[in-house]
Amino acid sequence: MSGPLLRVDDLHVRFPVSGAGLLGSGRRMLHAVNGVSFELAKGECLSIVGESGCGKSTTALSIVGLQEPTKGTIRYRDQPLNGADAPSRLQRAKAVQMVFQDPYASLNPRQSIHTSLAAPLRLHGVTSASEISDRVEVMLNSVGLTPDQAKRYPHEFSGGQRQRIGIARALILEPEVVVLDEPVSALDVSIRAQIINLLLDLQEKFSLSYLMISHDLSVVEHMSDRVLVMYFGQIVEEGGWQDIFEAPAHPYTRRLIAAIPKPGFSSDEMAQKTDPTPGLPSGRGFVSDGSNAPDVFVAPAPSELVEFAPGHRVRLSPAD
Amino acid sequence: MTEALLDVRDLRLGVVQKRATLHAILKGVSFQILPGEAYGLVGESGSGKSVTSLAIMGLLGKPLSVTGGALLFKGQNLLDLSKREMRRLRGNRIAMIFQEPMTALNPLATVGRQIAEMYMLHQGKGRQEAQELAIEALASVRVPNPDRRAKDYPHQMSGGLRQRVMIAMALACDPDLLIADEPTTALDVTVQAEVLRLIKDLCAERGTAVLFISHDLGVIASICQRVGVMYAGCLVEENETKALFQDPRHEYTRGLLGALPQLGSRSQNGRRRLVDIDSIIADRSKLTETSFIVPRRPQGGQA
Repeated sequence: MSGPLLRVDDLHVRFPVSGAGLLGSGRRMLHAVNGVSFELAKGECLSIVGESGCGKSTTALSIVGLQEPTKGTIRYRDQPLNGADAPSRLQRAKAVQMVFQDPYASLNPRQSIHTSLAAPLRLHGVTSASEISDRVEVMLNSVGLTPDQAKRYPHEFSGGQRQRIGIARALILEPEVVVLDEPVSALDVSIRAQIINLLLDLQEKFSLSYLMISHDLSVVEHMSDRVLVMYFGQIVEEGGWQDIFEAPAHPYTRRLIAAIPKPGFSSDEMAQKTDPTPGLPSGRGFVSDGSNAPDVFVAPAPSELVEFAPGHRVRLSPAD
Repeated sequence: MTEALLDVRDLRLGVVQKRATLHAILKGVSFQILPGEAYGLVGESGSGKSVTSLAIMGLLGKPLSVTGGALLFKGQNLLDLSKREMRRLRGNRIAMIFQEPMTALNPLATVGRQIAEMYMLHQGKGRQEAQELAIEALASVRVPNPDRRAKDYPHQMSGGLRQRVMIAMALACDPDLLIADEPTTALDVTVQAEVLRLIKDLCAERGTAVLFISHDLGVIASICQRVGVMYAGCLVEENETKALFQDPRHEYTRGLLGALPQLGSRSQNGRRRLVDIDSIIADRSKLTETSFIVPRRPQGGQA
């Protein structure tokens, strides 16, 4: 297949906020996502990193269809996923699935695991009970659970096991794109390692494409092929994982990496690093260095993503 | 030879009902904190690190109860103190900050008043003076516009600011020991870095010792001089921070370090599979009883 699996073009999401004016006049809009564009290739793990409120989850929700974008297009295999020609939720479910952060909140406590996993199959026209059982069994095995655990209910499982169930449910319709929203941040250290290993194994086995949302940069570095750094609704830097972690160009990316407490040594060098990354076009500055929060109620100042090394792009002020 | 500020000796606690220990939670934990030292306790959920801190604060609730050992604070056994004496000590000589500041602050009082209360309660200051001291305390934790912010209610502040208010309250009476239980877990990374720096700077300035509890080895490493690793109610390894990370001796510590993806390791060594602690510790119960390393004494401590 040529071309990307998923293509997001100029995505904008704005939320109305009750304004000060009477009768809805002067209604303010919160600019959550401002012109985000990216592509996701087959078998790739692309991560979006950033802090609370930067719009990474809103972007993810738009892709799974839980948030209608204000503007912009999302295309899957060159078919639109939003707008007037959008597919139905059922059709979309076969293409894109999501694994949530809190596996306990995302499983129905009144349904056994078998029922939870069988529901999507039934909805998609699998009627034979034996086929359903077979597929549930195979899926439970692939995520490291045993088929006899299917009879149990969510509260009978530990956090790590529940996340395995969440992954099984996302994969049972055999989607090509899986959105992982902070898949391990609610888990204990030892469990986290198991789930990360499992996600990487499954990616290889089913050649899945992951779009991972995370604020944990060490997990992102471990799992990703490419990384997008978001700051107040915009991508400020984009590149391969090595570009981002070894030669971060944007001051915000540097601050983010420097803020990670690392075992073994103190991490002040990165924050103090002010020398420009080699290859940056001279004479053009950064619009914001990420130290002062911009106003979220106005559209951001004009700027553009500039590719200065192959695949490595950074947001700079517009060329005069 | 420096005398330890806090000497936890063979602390045991468990679920106690009708004087019978139904379930042992801490199985003999010993460590010392020197004056002005930052000591970290690291471990997974359920390893017993938080109950250790609650026992020191005298805040264990039923059915938990200390079943053995001693908690010597400046040579005095905290377990022998009456409730009243303990209350006088708590917040004054030993202070604590928690993971979620919103639940630890009173939503109905301004933060200025809550900090001022510390001075009125423990130092007998008048209302006016206490208010002024509270504003100073807010300034010392680097809250911008402290005089205006003092009039805010907790819900009007961001998570990072609330944690600063907690720190201001905890350090109000210049305690000898600050217990910080996962104080930055709920915060964004850049805010976490600021709050950690603040705790580190303020405690170094005032000579306050810190007992820092976290599941995050990186956070512990950035703030503590010595670390104890807890597992299933036991201290399995203790060492100076740098040495512990460079040369972990205990199987569990090695597992814990290998289970974390570490920033920079992929570019150096490529992507390695993360260690699955469960598989190296085939029999968890055996590990806890017999095979742990005898904790090393702090430098200068009595052997």
